[in-house]
Order: sequence, then C-alpha cells, then structure tokens
Amino acid sequence: MTWETVIGLEIHVQPATRSKMFCGCATTYGEAPNTNVCPVCLGLPGALPTVNAEAVRLGTLGALALGCQIRERSVFARKNYFYPDLPKGYQISQFDKPLAEHGTVVIESPERGPIEISITRLHLEEDAGKSLHDRLPGLTAVDLNRAGTPLAEIVSGPDMRSPGEARAYLTTVRQLLIYAGVSECSMEKGSLRVDANLSVRRPGDPLGTKTEVKNMNSFANVERALEAERTRQIAMLERGERVTQVTLTFNAATGEVKPLRSKEDSHDYRYFPDPDLPPLVLDAAWIAAQRAALPELPAARRARYQDVLGLPEYDARTLIQEPAVAAYFEAVVTAGVEPKTASNWVLGEAMGGWNEQGHFAVAPERLAALVGIVTDGTVSLQAAKRIFGELASSDESPRALADRLGLVQVRDSGALEGWVAEVLAAHPDEVARYKGGDTKLTGFFVGQVMKRSQGKADPKGIQPILAAKLAE
Amino acid sequence: MSAHDLAVETGRRFAEAAPLNATLHWSQDVLDREAARLSVTPDGPLTGMAIAIKDNIVTTEEPTTCASKILAGYISPFEATVISRLRSAGAMVAGKANLDEFAMGSSTENSAYGRVLHPLDHSRVPGGSSGGSAVLVAAGVVPAALGSETGGSVRQPAAFCGVVGVKPSYARVSRFGLVAFGSSLDCISVFGRTVDDAARVLAVMSGHDPRDSTTRAEPPMQLPVPRTDLRGVVVGLPREYFPADLDPGIRAGCDRAIAAMKELGATVREVSLPHTRYAVPTYYIVNPAEAAANLARFDGVRYGPRHVGSGADVRALYQATRGEGFGPEVRRRILVGTFVLSAGYADQYYVRAQAVRKLIADDFARVFADGVDLLFTPTTPTPAFKAGEKTTDPVQMYLADVFVAPASLAGVPAMSLPIGRDQGLPIGGQLIAADFDESRMLAVAGLLERTVDAVAEVRT
Repeated sequence: MTWETVIGLEIHVQPATRSKMFCGCATTYGEAPNTNVCPVCLGLPGALPTVNAEAVRLGTLGALALGCQIRERSVFARKNYFYPDLPKGYQISQFDKPLAEHGTVVIESPERGPIEISITRLHLEEDAGKSLHDRLPGLTAVDLNRAGTPLAEIVSGPDMRSPGEARAYLTTVRQLLIYAGVSECSMEKGSLRVDANLSVRRPGDPLGTKTEVKNMNSFANVERALEAERTRQIAMLERGERVTQVTLTFNAATGEVKPLRSKEDSHDYRYFPDPDLPPLVLDAAWIAAQRAALPELPAARRARYQDVLGLPEYDARTLIQEPAVAAYFEAVVTAGVEPKTASNWVLGEAMGGWNEQGHFAVAPERLAALVGIVTDGTVSLQAAKRIFGELASSDESPRALADRLGLVQVRDSGALEGWVAEVLAAHPDEVARYKGGDTKLTGFFVGQVMKRSQGKADPKGIQPILAAKLAE
Repeated sequence: MSAHDLAVETGRRFAEAAPLNATLHWSQDVLDREAARLSVTPDGPLTGMAIAIKDNIVTTEEPTTCASKILAGYISPFEATVISRLRSAGAMVAGKANLDEFAMGSSTENSAYGRVLHPLDHSRVPGGSSGGSAVLVAAGVVPAALGSETGGSVRQPAAFCGVVGVKPSYARVSRFGLVAFGSSLDCISVFGRTVDDAARVLAVMSGHDPRDSTTRAEPPMQLPVPRTDLRGVVVGLPREYFPADLDPGIRAGCDRAIAAMKELGATVREVSLPHTRYAVPTYYIVNPAEAAANLARFDGVRYGPRHVGSGADVRALYQATRGEGFGPEVRRRILVGTFVLSAGYADQYYVRAQAVRKLIADDFARVFADGVDLLFTPTTPTPAFKAGEKTTDPVQMYLADVFVAPASLAGVPAMSLPIGRDQGLPIGGQLIAADFDESRMLAVAGLLERTVDAVAEVRT
C-alpha cells in the first residue's frame, strides 16, 4: 500500500525596506556587530515601537501577489519568550488578526501538473538578533543588527503532496514576490527562510502527526530534507512505530535530518495585543490603490510575451522563470532587438554567464548593438557569438571588436570567388557527385568556404558564385 | 529669582527633605547645569519652575532605576519626550523621585531603596506608587513633580499628601521614555501645589508624539479658563463611590465639597457606574499581564546588574538576575501576569478582563453622554494609612485603589485635589471628566481650590 505525503511551508521573507520594522535603524547586511541598533530595537527601558509604513506597503503588495485578502484591521501582538537575542523578551508579531489571509497560488507540480496551493495567512513581524556560539570560546555572543528587521511570514495550507511540489511552491512564491517588488528573496543573505511541516498517511486517512524541518539553506536542500524526512517517517510507520511531534534540523553535508527538540517542551507564547501599537487600519481605497500599483506578475507576463511579443510558449515560460532573466530580456527588447531574436540571445549565449556568475555581464544596449551588426550583415551569427564572448570583458564596441578580431564579413566578390575556386579544386570527388545530381552538397561547399575564410565570408554572397562555378 | 538662585534654593530644599527618603538621585551639580542651560534659554511657560521626576521616566544626567535593584546605576542614553518638552518650556529638571519598584504599589513601601515617609506623620505612608513625587511637592521642595499613573498612582498619593494630582486622558501625553508597566494604562501625570501649576505642566507635556503611536493626533491641552461660578455645570455623584461604610472623615470632607459646588451654582445629581466593583479585579489582571511582558527585557543580558547564578546556562542567568533584581511585589505581578495569559487560562482571565474593562469604560461614556459634565468622588476610601499596615496583605493594599482604578481602565482624565483634613491628615476629592475634557475639569478644580479650605478640619 502506498503512503501519501502532506507538506505545508512557512516562509519568512524580508521586505526590502531601508529601515527596520519598528525603528529607523538601517537594514543593511554585513555591518559590524551591534552597529545598526537604537533604543527601540535594543529594547531599552522607555523606548516604544512605531510601525514602518513601507514594510506595511510591501507586505500588502506581497499578500496581493499571493492572491490574499487584506484585512482592513490587523493587530500587532506580543509573542513572549526569553532568548538572549530577543531584546524585549517578546517578539512583535501578528497573531489572530494578521495582515492578510485566504490566498492561492498556482504551481506546476512535477507529479500532478498545475495545482492550487492555499495561503493561509501572511503576517508582519520583527526578526530577532543573532546568537553566535562560535565567536568567543565558551561564550555566546549576541549581534542585534538583525533585531527588528521586518519579516513577512507566509503560511501555506497543508496542500503539497511531495518534496518536488514543495520546491515548485517555493519557486513560485519567490517569483511572485520578486515580481511584486516585495523582497529580493535571497536565501544566502537571509531575506528568505523556509520551515517545513511534513506528515505521511494512507490516502484518505486523516492527517498524520507532523514534524517540523528547519535549517534548509537552498531550495534544492528543502527538497532533499523533505525527501529524507518522508523516508524517515515512512520507515518508522512501516516498522510499526509512531511518529512523534519533533523539530528536526537538516544537515546538508550528510543529507540527514536530526531531531532538535521535542515539541512537548514547546513554548507557551502567551500572545496578547501589543498595547504600544494601535490596530493597523488600512482603508479600502488604499488597498485598492496598492492592488492597482501591483507590478505585472509572472502569469500575465508570460501571456504578454506570447500574445504581444509573439514568442513561442517555451521561450515565454523559460524567460519568466527568473525575474532577473525576464528583466534582462525586456531591456534587450527595449534597446531595439526584435523579441524572438532577443529571446534567442538571452536564452542562448547570455544564459551561460548568468548560470555561472548570477548576473548578465553584457549591457542590453551592447547586446542590441551586436545584434545590429548581424542584421546588417557586417558579421555572421557565428562571428557574433564569438564577439559576445569578448563583450563581457571589454569596453570596445561590438563593431570595433569585429574589426580587431577580423570578423567583418567579406562580401567582395573577388575574394569570394577565390575561396570558392580553392574549395572546388580541393574536392574534385564532391564536385563530380554534385554534377551527377547530388545538389544537397551545396551546404557542404558553403561550409568549406566559410572554413577556408575563417568565418569571414558572407554566406549570402557565396551561394550565387558557387552555383555559377558549378554550372561551368 | 534667577536660574542660579533657583538651583541653589532647590538644592537646599532637597538636602533638607532628605530624611523623607523621597529622592533617589539629585545633585547640586546637575541643578547647576540646568541653571546654566536655562540662563541661555528664552523664557517659556514654565520658566522658574523646578520639577522633580519620578524615577521611572528616563533622563540622561542621572540614573533611572525605577526603584529597583535590577536597574541599579542604569543611565538612559536618551530622554523622555516629556522631559524634552518641559526643558524647552523653561522648566528646571530637578532630581529623581522615589517610587514603588516599577510603580507597583500604593504606599511607596516597595522601593528597593527604602520607604518614603509621609511628610505630616512619618509613621504613615505617602501613598503610591508616585509617593516620592507627591512628598517632594507636599514638603515644598518643588512646586510640581511628574508621577506616573497606571491605576491611581498619582491621585492616591496626592490625596494622602494634600496636593493636587492630575492624570490626563490616556493618549494625551507621550509615554516615550516612561519605563513601561501597564502600557494600555500608563499615563505620565503631574503633581502640583496648585491646580494652576499642575495645569501648566500638563499643557506643556501634552500633545501628539510621533515616537508614541498611541498618542492621539490632537493639539496640546488648552489651559483652563478660570471660572467664578459653576452655573450650568452638572456634577454627577456615582453612588458606588459613596458606600455606607465609607470612612466618616472622608465622607464629611466630600459632603463639604459637594455643598460648596452647589453653592457655586452646580447642578449635582446622583448617578450610577454599575461596574465599579469589578474595576480592582479587572485592573489586577490586565495590569500584571502587560507588566509581565514589559519587564521581560530586564534579563541581565544588555544592561543592569547581571547575576550568573549556577552559571550553567542562560536560564540560570535569567533566574539569578531576575530573582535577585526584582522585589516581592514585582515578582508577584510577573507570576500573576504570566498565569493570566497562559494557555488554557487566557480566556478565563485576560480575555474576560478586557471585556469587563470595556463595560467599565461604557459606564463612564454613558453618564457623560447623559448630560453629566464631571463626576465627583472621594479619591481614597481612607486617609494615609500606617506603614506596614497592608504590606502583608496584597489584596488590602490593592483595595486602596478602589476609587482610582476605574478611570484608569476607562482612560478618562481624573484628578485629586485637597478638600480638607481629618485629624490632621489630608483628604482628597476626585474629579473625573470625559475623554480629553481636561480643561473643564481643571477649571472647576481651580474654582474649588479657591473656595474649599484644604487645610481645615472637616469634622469639628
């Protein structure tokens, strides 16, 4: 009999604000410890929080991108627990009245095709600081630069049925939030974190006991960790054991999940409305304005690429996967390149650099200039691809590079005739076969001419000369 | 008087009042520096006034300890909004007053730095929790002092000490820089030797503060226009505040004040605030709940004395630091507050208390909507009690706040003014007004102050 896996995810995303959730401190990453701090985020006696309006705006945009309903009245609450990197002894979060609820996203399940995943809620909260256990021998150091950084927590329904779906959901949510301009969603910089809940059951049975998996530092590792946890739970159940509620941590080096703590001694957070912050009231007109201001989301963009720009579905789908890729593509089109040509270049030559370096080294305008000298016949497509490779590391214009590398196409009929004559002289057998009716050899001869000219011959100029010579 | 002379004179009075233990920190040096600052500051509405500050409002020159060992020696890197406003208005910030630890108490016996003595009878308490501030005004050290109210902590000691004590509406005065106790109740409040002194300080402090999002975006309080009679003023006497067993001296004092109001042309009528008796129990659920969270930050990690305990782990550090640092009443409130919010109990206690709080606020809203301008009640059920009398029975101590807690829960402005003495001990009468109606309350109080002899015996 088979087992069904049930997965729900909690994603923490850092809205791209310049200042913290409840004070004016900068959110810049990588500063010296305890420098981005003030009385408010240090929790000094007498300090009071004030809500960062930009975080509210970005949280709202994110919630709208995830199809959520925005509450006109949401409430900040205190989540009480002691930890050295939690300066106030409570975290300001939202509890029973979150910013937004009842969202849906459509993902592409590797097993089930397009499916809907529900978003239970999106709420705003502040991050804690960092406890560094390896900085000072035998001591724990606390860095509060991160304390008070805004976070939007996005909770999905238990709607995913495989680790692959969890990964697809993450990819989709990340894509939506980047398109909406909410966050850069970088796991490396800590602006996106994932916790996963997983349980298994026999199909049709009620939900099994779930465990929580933490410490997954990439989308690939989320998938690996959930595979490992699924395997662990199924093995337990098949041995006749029971799954207990635990929090597990994923070790990327070994690919194993290890219990961190039992849920039995979990905290009673004693949530209550924070009396320092009045309820967050957003009027319907403001919410409508945010909805109107929402940037174009991936599905709409894909449709536009197909319907307006005339791209094939494959190109459109591939281009929108990574928001940065789509942005680069659009810039190339804006710089004057015909869309399908732009798509070919972006998904072809440009992707290599993106995959290796994570950014596009050739400015869209320079790529457009390169495409220009292909279109006007100055260089061949092949030569252009060689030039593209140089563009990233050079300040020269594509045309200057073509000259310097000797890649400008030769259209002078004297030179072309010379190369054709040499090729025909070198291949008497093929000439005989051609004359015997094997006209498909034209391609072979053109190729040989290109080779002999070191790619400089204009293929359009070769054809008539070749035809004339072979007809002699 | 020049700023310099004021500093010298104020210093002399602080020194003289030292036996009352009303001051936690003051120094001639700080007073002199204030004088130097004022000598180059343009005159303002509070020029020439020295103001003592309850030691749970942060200032940068002297420590802010909240009368707790856990903040021994703590100096804030920033000052409270109210302090900045007083200073810009020309006031001399003069010393930090003793209080019940973290403002928890009704007698100022809970200070980690010793109890404050009643200036007229050293065997008695001055009330609390702002006992130090009340005593500094009563003893003539300063004409005005800041206190803080969470459930009567200014009105009650004002009544005990025979001075004016005014609690503004919640959201009227910025709490930025007030060490939080019960955040939904906390109001920085003021003691004055006269209604006018208190009103002038309050007007300067009031008004929206972008650093406290609970302050209302309304202009500062207007100074009251002095009255010569009370014609057209409807004064309500809530029957729940005049129980049959009310202290006879307190009743006599109130009767005399009520007669004076009638004489001045006021319409006096009995009203009912039916949920009054739930105020103290409600208060002692809401307030500890908020206090437990507010005091969680005192953990020995970032500031204040640290005790490592067994040294085993961070939990030992918390236990030792907080166990050593907090006094018994503070520990009691943290435990109660943690309990009333804990899973399985929050609905029975905290959630229900908030619902009852709404009923109490509705009581006030109803009588004010019904044509009553002001309520008049006794401030306290008894005059100042003996030191030690209630320290072993927290519930008796809490009941000292029975007449002051309701206005705190409702957030409406209220004040105590001296209305006479019984066997030498001051008696306070309480005026309660509708939300943000301080000016009318202070105008009536100003007239009563001129009409009712505050030092005369009420029972002859």
